[in-house]
Amino acid sequence: MTILSDANREVFIFQPMHDLPAPLESVGIIGWLRENLFSSKVNSLLTMAALLFLWKTVPPLISWAVTDATWSFSPDPCSIEKTGACWTFIFVKFRVLMLGLYPEQFIWRPVLAFAIFLLVCGLTVFRLLRARFLIALWFFLPLPLFFLINGGMGLETVDQSLWGGLMLSIGLAAIGIIMSIPLGILLALARRSNMVLVKTLSIGIIESIRGVPLITILFMASVMMPIFLPQGMNINNLLRVQIGIILFSSAYIAEVVRGGLQAIPKGQIEAAISLGLKSWTVTCFVVLPQALRHVIPSLIGRCVALFKDTSLVIIVGLLDFLGMIKASAQDPEWLGYDAEAYVFCALIYWIICFSMSQYGKSIERHNRW
Amino acid sequence: MKQSPFVFSKSFITTLLLQTAVLSIIFYGVYTLLVNTQANLEARNIASGFGFLSLESGMPISNSLLPYSPTDSYGYAFLMGVFNTLYVAFFGIVLATLLGILIGVARVSGNWLVSKLAEIYVEVLRNIPLLLVLFFTYTIALAALPIPRKSLNPFTGFFLNNRGIYFPRPIPESGFWLVCLAVLAGIVTAFFIHRHATRLHRETGRVIPSFTLGMIAIIATPAIAWWLTGGPMSWEYAVLKGFNFKGGLVIRPEFSALMTGLILYTAAFIGENVRSGIQSVGIGQINSSKALGLPPGLTMRKVVLPQALRVIIPATTNDYTSLVKNSSLAVAIGYPDMVSIGGTIIGQNDQAIEVIALWMGVYMTINLVISLIMNWLNAKVQLIGR
Repeated sequence: MTILSDANREVFIFQPMHDLPAPLESVGIIGWLRENLFSSKVNSLLTMAALLFLWKTVPPLISWAVTDATWSFSPDPCSIEKTGACWTFIFVKFRVLMLGLYPEQFIWRPVLAFAIFLLVCGLTVFRLLRARFLIALWFFLPLPLFFLINGGMGLETVDQSLWGGLMLSIGLAAIGIIMSIPLGILLALARRSNMVLVKTLSIGIIESIRGVPLITILFMASVMMPIFLPQGMNINNLLRVQIGIILFSSAYIAEVVRGGLQAIPKGQIEAAISLGLKSWTVTCFVVLPQALRHVIPSLIGRCVALFKDTSLVIIVGLLDFLGMIKASAQDPEWLGYDAEAYVFCALIYWIICFSMSQYGKSIERHNRW
Repeated sequence: MKQSPFVFSKSFITTLLLQTAVLSIIFYGVYTLLVNTQANLEARNIASGFGFLSLESGMPISNSLLPYSPTDSYGYAFLMGVFNTLYVAFFGIVLATLLGILIGVARVSGNWLVSKLAEIYVEVLRNIPLLLVLFFTYTIALAALPIPRKSLNPFTGFFLNNRGIYFPRPIPESGFWLVCLAVLAGIVTAFFIHRHATRLHRETGRVIPSFTLGMIAIIATPAIAWWLTGGPMSWEYAVLKGFNFKGGLVIRPEFSALMTGLILYTAAFIGENVRSGIQSVGIGQINSSKALGLPPGLTMRKVVLPQALRVIIPATTNDYTSLVKNSSLAVAIGYPDMVSIGGTIIGQNDQAIEVIALWMGVYMTINLVISLIMNWLNAKVQLIGR
């Protein structure tokens, strides 16, 4: 305190005290807890209920899946004394779950194919190549991988009825998406065409496919397609189902692409025309590149949906990943492990779908490509 | 400048040629398909046309809403399937909406733990196939519940076992129509109370508790009628006879598994719609309604919800139609919906084309009706420009 003495008068200059620290209950962990968990009576009750729920579910789940579980790789059935999960079942069935009945001596072929597939996925995700090379790579990829798995050109042929497991699921979904993107773009462009006939036709195709469940389309592909084909011409069941999936997916992709096409302002097209470009050049080099860039996140959403939908092929008699899971759970030598089988199945599907949708979200966030 | 009607621009001629080409390709395609189909059907000795619908089906149906026996016709059997599909679709939509709203509100809740739990629920259910969910619920309905002898019995008359959920069947007695009439009267009274309250509010600003009064009318009138007529209803309980229960009403495990799976799965998607709808309402809207002194409930009902619905309804329409289409997965767990019964018919008489046409017709009709209703709702909540 400063005291100025001016003819015996003391002058006090006001000096504020230091700020008090924020009250203890509104900062740090306690503050966070108060704000986010116990901000009102109702919230406190909800928190308590949620904690009770977690306490009742999480510890038993962990003890079932981890601490009480059997983790041995030896192909003996688990002892009954252990109350937890029997992961041995999964280890024993692993090859069947991944590859179906694919012959054991050729196992390196699907493994190599999967490695190449993963490599291309990595190249795409980390953007190690330019977009046009990536697109070319993806469209070119199915052919060599098909020959690698199917055989031919020097490799021994493996019958397609032996294919199954996760390999089949990924294959059906990947080829479904790759093939349906051009078809979908074509349908979307047709839907926006000025030609009445083309437009009506495209609307008819898209809406009638989108109006019915995938199962009926698979039934149609599996049961009806042989009736439509000329006599003597035979397509195996796998290819029929694949064609059904491609048709199904292209209708949905057409709608996604149409959304992108509608987002392109009319000025772009008018500017391109006024520069003297022909109408197909405008579509291919001005409209489509921008429209497709807009819809990449939704396209990835379609990939996730299609990958989940391929599990329906079990109904027309193909044993994909879920089919193999179900078949393994009903194996008379390994009865009673449904829970392990379904949990493993859910985990694999979840990892694949969740990472795909996170990738889609990251593209949306950074707005790259 | 006046143009002669006989001079066409170059682009017009190109379009005309293109369309003619497309048309001829289509005609050629359809023609070949027809020829092939005809030849194949004859070669395989498959009949065509819808005449088979009146033949005796001979197939049993485990769950049907109306009385059905294997001596009934294919057409009637298929109709049972359509009813089952509609039944699942209707209750699925209603219950999935309720659960979805709960999930969506939980996701935007200020309670961190609750919103995280809701997020986990949504992310798990959205990223696994529905078929897996159905297998899971079906396994639980069959394997986790006890056999009939050891049924769970939470209340008198209710039994829970792996053959289904049994509960008492109500049997109306004389005078029951009076109670029904009273219910109707209660609803009409509530409607008039609501109309009167709205008019009073608009004209004088006075608020009367119309909701409470209406609920009292709806509940109290039938209760009084019930008491006056002396409870004109008796119950038929399910009883254990031999290895299984007889009598009472029963919900089969296939149905409960299908419903549970569909509802859990669809609610995750609807929850996401509700969340994005609520988050699309600007925080300024909520702050200003607070500043005007609106209580939280009224803010939600009069400010947030009307704006959020504009985002929620179109997205949810898609989820409803997917739910209807997804109900066809019933075939995987043996619930006799339209696809499952149609599949059996195809297996018996090979008339795939007709059955698939019927499927398409019914699904498209259902989806059209849903779209119409939802578009009407959507038009109601749109911003009305003045």
